[in-house]
Amino acid sequence: MAVDPGKTVDLAHAMVMKPVAAADWLVVAPVVIPLVFGAVILMLRHETRMHASIAIAALVATLAANIGLLARVIETGPLVMTMGRWLPPFGISFAADALGASLALVATLVALVCAIYSLSDIGSIGRRYGFYTFMLLMMAGVGGAFLTGDIFNLYVWFEVFLISSFGLLVLGSEHRQLDGATKYAILNLVATTLFLTATAFLYGIFGTLNMADIARKVDGLRDTAPLMTLGVMYLLAFGMKAAAFPVNFWLPASYHTPRIVTAALFGGILTKVGVYALLRTLVMLFPPELALLSGLIAWVAGLTMVIGIMGALAQTDLRRALGFVVISGVGVMMAGLALGTGEGLSGTIFYAFHSMIVMAALYLLAGVMNGVGGSYSIRTLSGLYGAHPMLAAFALLLMLAAAGLPPASGLWPKVMLVRASLDAGYPWLAFTILATGLLTTLALGRVFILTIWRPRAEERLAAAVSPRLGYTVLAALSLPIVIMGLYPDPVIRVAQIAAGNLLDAAPYIGTVYPGGGGQ
Amino acid sequence: METALSATVGIFFAVAIYLMLSKHIIRILLGVAIFGNAVNLTIFTAGRVMREVPPIIPEALIAPDAATANPLPQALILTAIVISFSFFAFLLVLAFRAYQELGSDDTDTMRVAEPESEDLPPLGY
Repeated sequence: MAVDPGKTVDLAHAMVMKPVAAADWLVVAPVVIPLVFGAVILMLRHETRMHASIAIAALVATLAANIGLLARVIETGPLVMTMGRWLPPFGISFAADALGASLALVATLVALVCAIYSLSDIGSIGRRYGFYTFMLLMMAGVGGAFLTGDIFNLYVWFEVFLISSFGLLVLGSEHRQLDGATKYAILNLVATTLFLTATAFLYGIFGTLNMADIARKVDGLRDTAPLMTLGVMYLLAFGMKAAAFPVNFWLPASYHTPRIVTAALFGGILTKVGVYALLRTLVMLFPPELALLSGLIAWVAGLTMVIGIMGALAQTDLRRALGFVVISGVGVMMAGLALGTGEGLSGTIFYAFHSMIVMAALYLLAGVMNGVGGSYSIRTLSGLYGAHPMLAAFALLLMLAAAGLPPASGLWPKVMLVRASLDAGYPWLAFTILATGLLTTLALGRVFILTIWRPRAEERLAAAVSPRLGYTVLAALSLPIVIMGLYPDPVIRVAQIAAGNLLDAAPYIGTVYPGGGGQ
Repeated sequence: METALSATVGIFFAVAIYLMLSKHIIRILLGVAIFGNAVNLTIFTAGRVMREVPPIIPEALIAPDAATANPLPQALILTAIVISFSFFAFLLVLAFRAYQELGSDDTDTMRVAEPESEDLPPLGY
């Protein structure tokens, strides 16, 4: 295409010429807001008293942006914004569909509640060392991972939230933290490097990194390219990030070591980013490979569920038990991935919402119990019912939720997953899901009996002051749990739309490449 | 060229995995550093190697008129180098601190977070 030097060049061949609609800026808002405010807090690092209010305000703004984004995505379908105005695949696209937007929304809600609880958990030294900066940067990384439409960019966001999580994990520099952080850091770095290796091969095969571009080219390359290798590498890398058995050992080694609010953030949010990335790559990019891997993933899911909850049964430390409950929940989500059907994936997505909120709430509950009982050990915690009946009510609700019993939110995604497993011809997987629910009831029920019902040991008096802030955050997280449990229809609809977008990527591709694309 | 680079990548991965199988944190970290470099070289090779034609568009054209070297892998590798270098720096400091505080760089004896002899939960009360 030769042009005269004097003539103006028609940029429409290379660039997006339309100005970005004001509402489309919502696509990047959930990343930009925490990033900017994280930097602001860093600049104000000596004004430790202002940190918490800035962080909470930033997360409220992020939450509002996420709500707006999800509403728009549900209404009009996926939204896209390409950086630098370069036409995709040359510019990095941010593409929000119902899956990414809804997970980003729930993650921000959890982070907001954790930020409120941190008022009591993080002192001025923790603030001085950058707790709120790390937290907001981690949320920027998580939001970026959920919303980006470019697989290399996904890697970058993984690293952004990973390095922020290192900062949160070692904050305090206790011996246990250094030990846990060493294992967490090395194994997670290996996992993201594996992800990068897979992406290098993917780039060698496709010559593109834009996920919509990959999705539309993948069928043409199926006969010649080693796509199964890519699928397996992504399964391993993201399975490690999601803490699926047998690559889950970094999680119980580290999640109980940091401040309880950090543990709540991690337990609530981080493993679900791994599950999200599994869904995004395997279901949207490599569906036939996923179908072949289905049996393997079903085994991984079943073993993750059972071994996770067996680990929880063997723990004395409440936080360590919760780490294993997180792993068991990852197994439940992997079950839907193994099935690969619309209902199974909707169940997985619904379970991800549920698990984010419930796991964060359970860690915060452990924090409140430690606050009033002075211990995390279920050997010494006791008699909380007499001193704090409200706490017992929250504990009961959250434990029912984690076990998947009504009236809490865990019931419906498990119903969907069990039905989908039976429909797909995996009765043993359905049985495993139900058995895991029973074992979860046992593990957490024992915690309830010992800490709440057991009469108080005389020498160990629970603090009489009622933990107001603790009740506030537990109520804030229990509310969506009960609402999702009693009135699940809207959530199921969102999960179904999200699963539909994954299974039929045409609307997603059509948004990134309006009119068939610029090639 | 690609063949030689691929073989080098293979050697890098083998060395990295061998080192990461060690029990000693410092050897694991050396393995992680080589692992990162192996991936960078993989990206470089995956972008196809070509030295002859620089990716410069002649003034009269809006697209290059022949196949040129691929500039994208360099951008990707640069990003990956920055990330892996900063992680490596963090991990070195973390490993040193852990060694100072825990007195060991052997993962078998680093059991502060997960003590070996922990009481099982009570069976009743």
